[in-house]
Amino acid sequence: MDIEKYKIPQISVFIENKKGRFYNTTNAMREAGVNIRAMSLADTMDFGILRFVVDKPKEAYDALIESDFIVKKNDIMAIAIDDECGGLSKLLKVVSDLDLNVEYMYTFVNSLDKRAVMLFKFEDIDSAIQKLSDSNINLLDQEYFNRI
Amino acid sequence: MFWNSREEEMTRDDIEKLQLELLVRNIDYAYENIPFYRDRFDEKGIKAKDIKSLKDLQNIPFTTKDDFRNNYPFGLFATDMKKIVRIHASSGTTGKPTVVGYTKKDLETWSNLVARIAVAAGVTDNDIVHIAFGYGLFTGGFGLHYGLEKVGASVVPASSGNTKRQIMLMQDYGATVLVCTPSYALHIGETAQKLGIDVHKDLKLKIGLLGAEPWSNQMRKKIEERLGLKAYDNYGLSEVMGPGVAGECEAQDGMHIAEDNFIVEIINPETGIPVEDGEYGELVVTPLTKEALPIFRYRTRDITRIKKDRCLCGRTFARMDKPIGRTDDMLIIRGVNVFPSQIEEVLFSIEGISPHYQIILERDGALDKATILVEANANLFFDEMKKQRQFMDRINAELKSALGIEITAKLVEPYSIERSEGKAKRIIDKRKF
Repeated sequence: MDIEKYKIPQISVFIENKKGRFYNTTNAMREAGVNIRAMSLADTMDFGILRFVVDKPKEAYDALIESDFIVKKNDIMAIAIDDECGGLSKLLKVVSDLDLNVEYMYTFVNSLDKRAVMLFKFEDIDSAIQKLSDSNINLLDQEYFNRI
Repeated sequence: MFWNSREEEMTRDDIEKLQLELLVRNIDYAYENIPFYRDRFDEKGIKAKDIKSLKDLQNIPFTTKDDFRNNYPFGLFATDMKKIVRIHASSGTTGKPTVVGYTKKDLETWSNLVARIAVAAGVTDNDIVHIAFGYGLFTGGFGLHYGLEKVGASVVPASSGNTKRQIMLMQDYGATVLVCTPSYALHIGETAQKLGIDVHKDLKLKIGLLGAEPWSNQMRKKIEERLGLKAYDNYGLSEVMGPGVAGECEAQDGMHIAEDNFIVEIINPETGIPVEDGEYGELVVTPLTKEALPIFRYRTRDITRIKKDRCLCGRTFARMDKPIGRTDDMLIIRGVNVFPSQIEEVLFSIEGISPHYQIILERDGALDKATILVEANANLFFDEMKKQRQFMDRINAELKSALGIEITAKLVEPYSIERSEGKAKRIIDKRKF
């Protein structure tokens, strides 16, 4: 199988907990014509990490760098589950049985196709893709984020 | 290369003989011409004829910044204003600035001393020198300017401000030597990078003559990397002359002090007693060849040490280390003495840390709280919180082991620490006692 196909580029941005910084990141992407598909904000006492999945990762990255943000690009996985009771639980049972280490995750619901999308950062993405695909989990590719 | 090879290779005996001779002459000269010193010498019973060895210098009281203030503006001048051809003044953040004057002969002496340190760093008459020190009352700009003209270099008196324009000038004129403060050198490097300028291809810089603020060897490395030059430190202060008191040779192992023009001592800042050779203490300078302002034992407040062993370059003059701090910028954090330069040394030894930092001191109840703001960059930012924490913990642990106190590092966004075109503002003390 093509492991690379299921690596979803994610943009992480360092922001200080200061007024207007979150807005500035989204504004930089707006100006670059980038549409944000999913995002999460992790915060500590001093700073936050904003994570984005977007339709145009390269443009988003360049626009943020251009605006002097500290940006990291890395790969995560996107998994579609049914948007119904027990859907996430079923998936996490598989993840747990496969002994995959999750760094963090976040989610969004796509109301158009009645599915929820789980975004995972696994410690070892290659093996996670292989194993989850072998377990018949529905993996999404970047195409999906360009489409919706 | 030597500018004055006869003087710069004097034997220790000859240096000390010359120093004693000039000192005795100066005591007479000051007694005759400066009422302040006449009163002081009379009070302590000091007479030139009683000075038999350099050790007797210790009987002469120190001169401090307060003495300059109390005699503001021209009270310490030994000549009348007719003979004074130049005035400079220190920045003096509190109270009146320190005013100094120069006769024609003093300016000649001064530019000769600056020529020496420039040549010691490898500057020749083929160089194009870009001076980004502020011109004006500050001695840095004019001091370096005339010294470098004396060497025969082509001097570009760019002065400070408008960094983009400075870079354009360096690029267009093909500057090979840069003169400014270390923190401004870094800022120039950073700005050049942002403008997409390749310092190795687009600029021709070879030598940086940097000074006027304390900086660490780690910072030197960063400057050298960013600007593609060799950075040399030099030392001076307006009260005793200006830049040119001491400067590094190509061995970059301490700054040679112009001992034929100055006597230096290292004292314990609390007791005023000279420390053992090689130990750290406050630098005290007695200029020997000044006509307008022959002062004695000026307390510089700079903490350094002196080595007298033979240098690779062949110069016999003693060398002083980069000052590790000033007696007045020494921080006392939870009772422990800390110099900002020690913090800098720790920070810069950690791979990837950017050279801009600021120390914030606050009071948390009865305790001091010290925080260091470090600008984030792609090397210091990890997408995973766990790795980020580990990295921050590592910085904190290294600070703790080097300084013995707890200081918390905090990442801030790039460019959020103010850039300075002169001396960098490293410490913000919000403590109220």
